[in-house]
Amino acid sequence: MRIAWYSGMAVMLLATSTAPAVERFPPPDFSDHELPRTEMPAARAELYEYLDLAVLGIGLGMATHFAIGRRSRRGLFVVTVVCLGWLGFWRGGCICPIGAIQNVSLALFEPGYALPWSVAIVFGLPLVVTLFFGRTFCAAVCPLGAIQELVALRPVKVPLWLDQALGLLAYVYLGLGVIFAATGAAFIICRYDPFVALFRLGGSMNLLVLGASFLVAGVFVGRPYCRYLCPYGAILGLLSKVSKWHAKIPPEECIQCRLCEEACPYGAIREPTVAMQRQTRQQGRRRLAAVLIALPLFVAGGFWLGQALQGPMAKVHPAVRLAERVHAESVGLVSGTTDASEAFRTSGRSLTELDREASAVYAKSYWAGGWFGAWMGLVIGGKLLYLTVRRRRAEYQPDRASCVSCGRCFWYCPSEQARQGWVQLTPGRQ
Amino acid sequence: MDEKEKRLRRRAFLGDSLRVAGALGIGGAMAALAVRKGSDEKLVWQLEPSKCIACGNCATHCVLDESAVKCVHSFSMCGYCDLCTGYFRPQPIALNSGAENQLCPTGAIQRTFVEDPYYEYTIERRLCIGCGKCVKGCNAFGNGSLYLQVQHDRCQNCNECAIAAACPAQAYRRVPASDPYLLKVGPQQG
Repeated sequence: MRIAWYSGMAVMLLATSTAPAVERFPPPDFSDHELPRTEMPAARAELYEYLDLAVLGIGLGMATHFAIGRRSRRGLFVVTVVCLGWLGFWRGGCICPIGAIQNVSLALFEPGYALPWSVAIVFGLPLVVTLFFGRTFCAAVCPLGAIQELVALRPVKVPLWLDQALGLLAYVYLGLGVIFAATGAAFIICRYDPFVALFRLGGSMNLLVLGASFLVAGVFVGRPYCRYLCPYGAILGLLSKVSKWHAKIPPEECIQCRLCEEACPYGAIREPTVAMQRQTRQQGRRRLAAVLIALPLFVAGGFWLGQALQGPMAKVHPAVRLAERVHAESVGLVSGTTDASEAFRTSGRSLTELDREASAVYAKSYWAGGWFGAWMGLVIGGKLLYLTVRRRRAEYQPDRASCVSCGRCFWYCPSEQARQGWVQLTPGRQ
Repeated sequence: MDEKEKRLRRRAFLGDSLRVAGALGIGGAMAALAVRKGSDEKLVWQLEPSKCIACGNCATHCVLDESAVKCVHSFSMCGYCDLCTGYFRPQPIALNSGAENQLCPTGAIQRTFVEDPYYEYTIERRLCIGCGKCVKGCNAFGNGSLYLQVQHDRCQNCNECAIAAACPAQAYRRVPASDPYLLKVGPQQG
């Protein structure tokens, strides 16, 4: 009886007004009853933020010291374990420089979003360090790299052509991550972070399976995420190319024993080049000129092709999906409603407002698709350029873009062993 | 030899200038982005109760096994009804705290008698899983005093909140960490 009355009244209320928080039953005025207080725990103290930044800074310093100064694989291993423990498992993964790419691009393109200081430092600090010392951040500090570093037990050699081709995926991923963050659609790099679920020891099944697969693959293919997907690694690789004090394999003189190339689990060591003949040199010059001319064409062509992605790219944005759904429901293309369309109808927002937002995103996606295509053109052109330019190497050297300064090659280098006094080279060489 | 050394030195100098310029550029760009809006404030996730439709995603999409979102009660808004539609299932057998009458799947809401005809409902945080069933019930027929909030002692503050990505009402947004709740307050306190 009473229930029927309540429901009847509610239906009436719902019919007249959909605004939430209507005062249907005025709160009573208690004479001698004190209202309880609702417990609202405060956010994590700012102090921890500084602590995390300090760990990042000290970790970077130590990793650089062990990779370049002390040349100690053991020291790097300790830093790896500590950083994996702190930045990975204890802290649970966020914010990391890889994900911060998206915060930075959102801040660049979305005037309403303010980039917090800590995120700016987390993003910028490893970049600056890499500019001078190479990828020492990847060596031991990055928890995603650290966990893969520890499982790289039986690495096989990935053929160079496959390695280089798969390496392009990282640039694709970087482009997509930046584009979707810039349009405000999603932070896909965070959404498909394979290890964050492992760090938190829980999360969605899909992510846990993804993380486990990467770890299993990582036993045989060293650092699969870092080499073939990590968008931050792609940026760091570019910066590392111009680094000043990159880790060196032989401390003094290379004796061309090739042991380091065998030892590198990441296929990052390049063999000495053979001297070129005059003919091939001229050919190479011609090829270089051709690629340089083709590069702008690749970029322009990429832009042109990329525009075709406008539709699919727009659909990543929830507003576009919602608008599509609402229209489909209103013309009877689909039956039933979704939570999102239901929420839209109760929110009191007008359809024109939603349409305006969706079409703004759609218009933006034209440029997003175009720039993504142009970026792909630039990446492919850049790769061709890289393949065209021949470098001269007299000794075995790490490829600075792909070397993560893990320090495994140090131990294998006879010159290093001689320097440490573990072995004696033949008297003639001393 | 002298010429070669000169060239090498010039090259090193150019390289150094390039690197220093790059470092300054990165630092400057980051500082410019961070200073632009005077954003020294840390941001955390919170959900806007007025947008929430209590769909239940908060309980299932959080990266934590037990969601960081829990129900809170605005005591100043509550009507202290005997028949609380946030507490009781539709068509309860009796208006008492029997498990068969309760809406909450974990029995996290406590019903205590205050004075005739008023009952007070408090939420035991430990038990709440943030499913929003009570919120839906309270919004439908009551004052809407029960609502969901991200609890910041639990929230991992993911860079992209997994619930925010799955929220059909797009009710999640980043709020300053110093004032991390979007509270509903009734007339008595307001």
